[in-house]
Amino acid sequence: MDLNFTPEEEAFRQEVRDFFKENLPDDIRDAVRDGKELTKDIMERYHAILNKKGWLATIWPKEFGGPGWGPVERHIFEEEGARAHAPRIVPFGLSMLGPVLQKFGSKEQQDYYLPRILNGDDWWCQGYSEPGAGSDLASLKTRAVRDGDEWVINGQKTWTTLGQHADWIFCLCRTDPDVKQQEGISFILVDMSTPGVEVRPIKLIEGGHEVNEVFFTDVRVPYGNLVGEENKGWTIAKYLLTHERTGIAGVGFSMQELEEVKALAQRVMRNGKPLSQDPLFAARIAQAEIDLEAMKITNLRMLFTAQKQGAPGPETSILKIKGTVINQEFKDLRRRALGPNAAPFPGSLADTNLDVAPQGNANNAARYFNNRKTSIFGGSNEIQRNILTKTMLGL
Amino acid sequence: MNFDLTEDRQMLQDSLRRFLKDKYGIEHRNEVAYTAPFHDPAKWTELTELGALFALASEEAGGMGGTGFDISVVFEELGRALNPEPVLGALMASRLLAAAGADQEALLSGTKRYAVGLGELDAPYDLSQMTTTATDGKLSGRKSIVYGGQAADAFLIAAKSGDGLAIYEVAAADASVTGYALMDGAGAAEVVLENTPGTLILDNAEAAIADAVNAGIVGLCSEAVGAMDVLHAMTVDYLKQRKQFGRPIGTFQVLQHRAVDMLTEIEQSRSIVIKAAAELGGPDAARYASMAKNLIGRAGRLVAEEAIQMHGGIAMTWEYPGSHYGKRLIMIDAQLGDTDYHLSQVMAA
Repeated sequence: MDLNFTPEEEAFRQEVRDFFKENLPDDIRDAVRDGKELTKDIMERYHAILNKKGWLATIWPKEFGGPGWGPVERHIFEEEGARAHAPRIVPFGLSMLGPVLQKFGSKEQQDYYLPRILNGDDWWCQGYSEPGAGSDLASLKTRAVRDGDEWVINGQKTWTTLGQHADWIFCLCRTDPDVKQQEGISFILVDMSTPGVEVRPIKLIEGGHEVNEVFFTDVRVPYGNLVGEENKGWTIAKYLLTHERTGIAGVGFSMQELEEVKALAQRVMRNGKPLSQDPLFAARIAQAEIDLEAMKITNLRMLFTAQKQGAPGPETSILKIKGTVINQEFKDLRRRALGPNAAPFPGSLADTNLDVAPQGNANNAARYFNNRKTSIFGGSNEIQRNILTKTMLGL
Repeated sequence: MNFDLTEDRQMLQDSLRRFLKDKYGIEHRNEVAYTAPFHDPAKWTELTELGALFALASEEAGGMGGTGFDISVVFEELGRALNPEPVLGALMASRLLAAAGADQEALLSGTKRYAVGLGELDAPYDLSQMTTTATDGKLSGRKSIVYGGQAADAFLIAAKSGDGLAIYEVAAADASVTGYALMDGAGAAEVVLENTPGTLILDNAEAAIADAVNAGIVGLCSEAVGAMDVLHAMTVDYLKQRKQFGRPIGTFQVLQHRAVDMLTEIEQSRSIVIKAAAELGGPDAARYASMAKNLIGRAGRLVAEEAIQMHGGIAMTWEYPGSHYGKRLIMIDAQLGDTDYHLSQVMAA
């Protein structure tokens, strides 16, 4: 066994680190570091910076404009990005639709959409979840009926992340209601400006707006917007969900959180001493640090398997479960470190110069609440346990 | 980055696993682990003939391994088979003898059995609190729960000497040794020293003792991973076979998810042990050993308690092998520092 990265990989890490140092604008870094809302402008500028370097579509093969990286390089890139306080790349066009079009799309669809995704011409969102179909995706009800050269779509999608910015949505629609649930679903692309598409914001627990409901009323789109075969959308949905999942453990982000909670505990005072000297709190940090240390290696072990076998196995569900729980623990530690000073509602102190929390930490409670989503979305952690039950335990 | 075993270690793993499975089955294990001398001297000889001890020492020390990964391979197999042979004492003694530059041919070939006396009744983990002293080559004090001490030919005893700690070799025949079986099988001893003659083998021994403890922790944690693997597999099998309310209990989601949580913690344990093994001998060895021991303590308890709960009454019986794995996983936490002790070590570092 050898836990070290190769000299080539270390050199690559240095290159990535230098790139972020030289190219990540201060205002973007500060916004990410301080947990502020990432505006559309910020995300588009960051997207363009990566695209210029050729590092945007990290999981795309070279022929489609990707950098041609393997799992280890992607891991290093993600870790260094987290370290530099770079935003996460909005995944819908790049990590979800891109690979789907590359595998299932027609040549025409590939030639049209893929370059537009890279250039940032189209902002994509995902039309999977419905009010009655969250983790039980196969029970979705949104209907698409063929009418000549068009689809007529009626129904409702929900939890549509950043849909308020989107130009296009890729949807799973029921195209044959008379067969087994999984067999009558198709994967269809919809221009959000089509008449009958309505986006309504969902305000989240912490007060922010990142998800939406999307309503379809007699929405007519060309038949050619179908990706892959009619009624075979479930295959695509599964492909998308199990596609390359490096980064799912969020190790880089948790490493960053650890550093920040340690720094915070040194600044926050309790009983006349820094909180870091309180043995109970220090023990909580140490235990989370130990879990993270193990997670780092678990992540590398699975990267090693992915590198060897070409794709990660079902054990990535372990990364999802444990990685999200560890990250949530750090968010919780930061919130608790601030105590009542984490309580002010973000934005409600905007008119004053009064700091109630150490610099950059005013949004900690909001971050804690917002982050509860990670163990729910992308297939809830309970769904991940169901997957492991079947694949690893054979129960 | 490479997480595969080397060919040599793979061969060692295969031969140990085969030997322990074929010739050291659980019933035999249970018989010898609780009956004096609480191990099987004949099987000890066979185990050493397989080279298990040579794998624990470096070539300079007369062995053929000695890295964290070598130790890990051996102890994981011992854990899978719940083996009670006093290999931990041999490992730690080998590290101390290597630091002293002493010959260890007799140790590695298995002809001379060593046990290491560090902890005491009121200072089981924190060696700065020990009270055993050495003056003019005579030792006084009492070493508690000396693992393998019931079957040792010689002890390596840590004692206060001047301002620091020293290691003395004491012949078993010269000390007052009371052997006994442990709750989880295998033996230990109380070793009482009263002006007992010892041979100084290492002065200023703090670093060497720390290294021996770190190596022992890598061994114990690997042993726990092996035992957790087996107990988890037993539990999953049981969930498939046992029927209640007209169907296998493994079809109940509440049990499925708990079995998955065990799996997750076992994989995390395996990861942290790999890290501790990789760091053994280096400047950060103690930190990562402490991390591993803390996580193993938590995961071991989870796996043991969940396995017993999900098996129901059958796991409460002596006859069922799973119960013995559960006992080992719980009790291993108290060896060479428990979860809380090692958490405090991580906090202090």
